Amino acid sequence: MLEIKNLHATVDGREILNGLDLTIGAGQVHAVMGPNGSGKSTLSYVLAGREGYQVTEGSVTFEGRDLLALKPEERARAGIFLAFQYPVEVPGVASATFLKTAVNAVRKARGEKEYDAFEFLKLAKAKREALGISEEMMKRALNVGFSGGEKKRNEVMQMMLLEPKFMVLDETDSGLDVDALRVVAAGVNAMRRADRSMLVITHYQRLLDYITPDVVHILSRGRIVRSGGPDLARELEAKGYAGVMPVAAA
Amino acid sequence: MCRPLARRRARIGRKGRPMVERNAEARAADNAAQIDALVNEKYRYGFVTDIESDFAPKGLSEDIVRFISAKKNEPQWLLDWRLKAYRLWLSLGPEEPAWAKISYPKIDYQDAYYYAAPKSTGPKSLDEVDPELLKTYEKLGIPLAERAALAGIAVDAVFDSVSVATTFKDKLASMGVIFCSISEAVREHPELVRKYLGSVVPYADNFFATLNSAVFTDGSFVYIPKGVRCPMELSTYFRINAAKTGQFERTLIIADEGSHVSYLEGCTAPMRDENQLHAAVVELVALDDAEIKYSTVQNWYPGDAEGKGGIYNFVTKRGACRGRNSKISWTQVETGSAITWKYPSCILQGDHSVGEFYSIAITNNRQQADTGTKMIHIGKNTSSRIISKGISAGRSSATYRGLVRVLPGAEGARNHTQCDSLLIGPNCAAHTVPYIESRNPSAHIEHEATTSKISDDQLFYCRSRGIGTEDAVALIVNGFCREVLQVLPMEFAVEAQKLVGVSLEGSVG
Repeated sequence: MLEIKNLHATVDGREILNGLDLTIGAGQVHAVMGPNGSGKSTLSYVLAGREGYQVTEGSVTFEGRDLLALKPEERARAGIFLAFQYPVEVPGVASATFLKTAVNAVRKARGEKEYDAFEFLKLAKAKREALGISEEMMKRALNVGFSGGEKKRNEVMQMMLLEPKFMVLDETDSGLDVDALRVVAAGVNAMRRADRSMLVITHYQRLLDYITPDVVHILSRGRIVRSGGPDLARELEAKGYAGVMPVAAA
Repeated sequence: MCRPLARRRARIGRKGRPMVERNAEARAADNAAQIDALVNEKYRYGFVTDIESDFAPKGLSEDIVRFISAKKNEPQWLLDWRLKAYRLWLSLGPEEPAWAKISYPKIDYQDAYYYAAPKSTGPKSLDEVDPELLKTYEKLGIPLAERAALAGIAVDAVFDSVSVATTFKDKLASMGVIFCSISEAVREHPELVRKYLGSVVPYADNFFATLNSAVFTDGSFVYIPKGVRCPMELSTYFRINAAKTGQFERTLIIADEGSHVSYLEGCTAPMRDENQLHAAVVELVALDDAEIKYSTVQNWYPGDAEGKGGIYNFVTKRGACRGRNSKISWTQVETGSAITWKYPSCILQGDHSVGEFYSIAITNNRQQADTGTKMIHIGKNTSSRIISKGISAGRSSATYRGLVRVLPGAEGARNHTQCDSLLIGPNCAAHTVPYIESRNPSAHIEHEATTSKISDDQLFYCRSRGIGTEDAVALIVNGFCREVLQVLPMEFAVEAQKLVGVSLEGSVG
């Protein structure tokens, strides 16, 4: 579904990704773990198409299309979703309004009928209730004054409503207590499907106790240095990054 | 601008559900979708109607003033008033006020027409209105034939210098409400016009008001009798059509004791390379316990991206809360005009009277706006509220200029001002110039101001959810303006939201 080949990317002229290769098949969940500064967030922003993240070499192919040629909104409409580590506050714009605008933009691009307000609210109700999001929260300005947990739950609700094919979860566990982590993980797990893939980016193994990956990769200095099964995450937890890196990379 | 109200009403009611069932959340979501659908429109009112017109000779002189007055068969007192104004104006230089933060080449007052009227008009019934004019208004989304007219809204259509039609006049008359062109009011209700004309904005008030007093051509007149709640929204639709013509309309609204009226005005003009002057005067009078809500969606042609052409909108609007417990609310959405210079104000004379000013001013490209309000507290326990949202994009400049003055007798006066500016892009400017004068120690005056930018983070976040850049800007700006959009009459609010998107088109790389 997603194939990253020899990806090099710079931010402000500094090379952050340095020949990254990663292939994710349909229905697979891959985790990318790495220490601070290894390029985890850069990878997620490059996939989502953020300005200022310059790809200097390599390719990213999504369902056979050149992902890097698409604008951020075109990527979203094609089925890419990035759950932000730090969701952005948008004052004055009600969460419901934002979501409906986004869902309809995506549906329109797919040639599907746009929802009217009633259809949308009905659809949203089931999703938000599963995540413990109140109706009142839908009326609040998007992410403004939301707690860390509310922001992350809101990201997952957006993801559920947009029904992407490929999801990138950027440190979705940061700032969550155990209870919130469970709710969020349950939401993510409910989305696992044979035709939907995920890239879970995280610092700690904790999140992977709830969202079990098929493959775990260790990212260091902008490239994948080791890959393995779920055991690799546990090994990392026990030994630390230095302990799991191949000698050449460490 | 009241264009597609009828269509929207029909759409909103399509499920046959009463409005009350729809909660605010649903409405907000629905509105946003309508913005989506309509955001990609350009200035679409730029067409010219090909119609034969009567012009006064070009230029401004005492003869022109007499010509206008004669055209309208005015009584001597009104001609005398105009001439007094004209002579005063001449003595002013003509030297325009220079304190506003706007700049423009010198206006040649002799190089314009002060009167232009479609040849076919006259005081006649709707059936007799020139089909070309009906078509024009149809195209603007304002059907004038009553069977097709907008439900619940009576419209006075002003085309260049004359009112061409007023709808629902008879229905309103049955409740004692007078809604007609000011020319007609001068003929039919001279006692009311004479009593109130110039009583809020005197002819000597300021340069442009003085000019208007001398050469005003048409405008709307409203009188709501004691205790009457006007059963429908009243609306005037101003259209400048003829080239090189100034529009000088004059609107006078009187709400007698215990009455209530909501009035809307909309404005458009063709796209032309030369600038055209629009110098209007609006006077409102609210007596005891009366309430006037005055909403404007100003969408005059703003000029092109390089700042060529567009309307100079130099307008004086003022309301007098003369009676106890009276209330005047100004709501304005200013998106058009090359230059906007206007300060809708309230004189809070009656004890416990209330003045409100809600404003959204959007400037893009080379537009300039210097706008705000004046709240003059005279009576006891008077209160005022100001919410101003300025949005600047492109190379434009937006200034909020506001005065809150509390006179010694205004025991217990209160004011709250909130003044927010939003910048889009690196080349625009926003200024806030509040003047606060309190001469009574019991007054409470609060002023809050913020300036912010649409951040790249916000845009990227929206785009990563599938929302295109321009839609994202419209969404964020609408959010920024929400407090003001909420106080607009509902159909108007939808129109205004849409306009917000349209006027910011191309503002983000």
